Amino acid sequence: MIKIRNLYKNFDELEVLRGVNLEIEPSEKVVIIGPSGSGKSTMLRCMNLLEKPTSGEIIFKDEIINDSHVDINKVRENMGMVFQQFNLFSNLNVLENLTLAPIMRHHLKKDEAENKAIDLLKRIGLPEKANNYPKQLSGGQQQRIAIARALMMDPDLLLFDEPTSSLDPEMVGEVLELMTELAEAGMTMAVVTHEMGFAREVANRILFLDEGLIVEDSYDPNDFFSNPQEERTQQFLSKIL
Amino acid sequence: MVVSLQVIVDFVQNNFIKDDNWKYLANGFSITLQVTFFAFLLGFALGIFLAIIRVACKDLRPSWKTPSGFLINLLSKISNIYITIIRGTPTTVQLLIMFNVILVNLHNLKIVAILTFGLNSAAYMAEIFRSGIQAVSTGEIEAARSLGLSYLQTMSRIVMPQAFRNCLPAFGNEVITLFKETSISGFIGLVDLTRGAGILISKTFRAAPPYFASALIYLIVVLILEQIFHALERRITHD
Repeated sequence: MIKIRNLYKNFDELEVLRGVNLEIEPSEKVVIIGPSGSGKSTMLRCMNLLEKPTSGEIIFKDEIINDSHVDINKVRENMGMVFQQFNLFSNLNVLENLTLAPIMRHHLKKDEAENKAIDLLKRIGLPEKANNYPKQLSGGQQQRIAIARALMMDPDLLLFDEPTSSLDPEMVGEVLELMTELAEAGMTMAVVTHEMGFAREVANRILFLDEGLIVEDSYDPNDFFSNPQEERTQQFLSKIL
Repeated sequence: MVVSLQVIVDFVQNNFIKDDNWKYLANGFSITLQVTFFAFLLGFALGIFLAIIRVACKDLRPSWKTPSGFLINLLSKISNIYITIIRGTPTTVQLLIMFNVILVNLHNLKIVAILTFGLNSAAYMAEIFRSGIQAVSTGEIEAARSLGLSYLQTMSRIVMPQAFRNCLPAFGNEVITLFKETSISGFIGLVDLTRGAGILISKTFRAAPPYFASALIYLIVVLILEQIFHALERRITHD
């Protein structure tokens, strides 16, 4: 689905990513953990080029997308992203938030997009919020709508950048539940998170990043948590579990 | 009561009705409104253009080597210099330079005033729009881009509507400033409201009535503008 080859990313003097290699297969649910500053968000943001790699290649569906000849907007239509701060469009109501991209990018006509949006709102349990503005909703509701907004484009890959980190504790559950549902439906997902319960239950692969490198890459989440291989992973897990 | 009413009627009769004196103020007011309106249109259009050029140059960091990148960089540099010069010199001096130097062959004083005040206001409006654009959350811009929207689509559907909302209060101030600033039009001999009052004084040799009357007219228009902008603000906020 997506391949990262020898990815380096510097912010001025600071080396955030120092040669990351990764390949994510269709239907994989990859959870990315690591201490703050380890580069996990930067790696995720490089995947859809919200950050421009300093060097290396991002290959999405057999195309090197950080090549200057690639129409990045076209690529991003197939790669959704969910943000820590939700980032719903504050000048648009919920329905318009959902339908904007499919209409502007000519995926759907207006009435098709609206029908699809209403179906999705029913699926996430918020059909009555269609005409509300983002500020009128709770954080959990906003984040579920932000996920629905990404789903409107039928992406092949969904990127989650700490989707529950700015939620009140009682709202984390509703967002994780929706993400679990998506995972079970076969969505390919890359999730940066601190929710270890979610990682253990939903992920089929866990990456541990530290100082800009993938330190541990495990296909057995239970084994990863009970029996981490690398010393750095052991230290990290002992602090947070 | 009857006496004081009579005093007022006499006052108005002597100062404004007699010899059609009020026409100096009315005609001047008409000129003031026309100059303000057309200068506003020019300032608004040019202001948005300058703001977008500067923001696009900062966001896209285009290369000087491509033709379109060269154009954006060049226009951005020019607009920086333009804004610096306009904001750094008095409007009165700008008006006199326009009248005596740049547009010396143009004999329509109204157009000289409209161009001066419009070009002047554009510099201020550009800065107001730029700050409004920069106040839009980068997260929302990234969200739009992550869905595949192009830079221009993101600007037109997410950034500009919010920027306009953000800068409406400052923008209202600028319109009021522009309206009052047209009162220096008399420097080039254009008979606006202020100059009309001056002419009236030279006829009647009484300074207070025309000046206070013109001040009152300015004040009433400003109050109306304030109401319009408050109504606009209420309409386009969704909180």
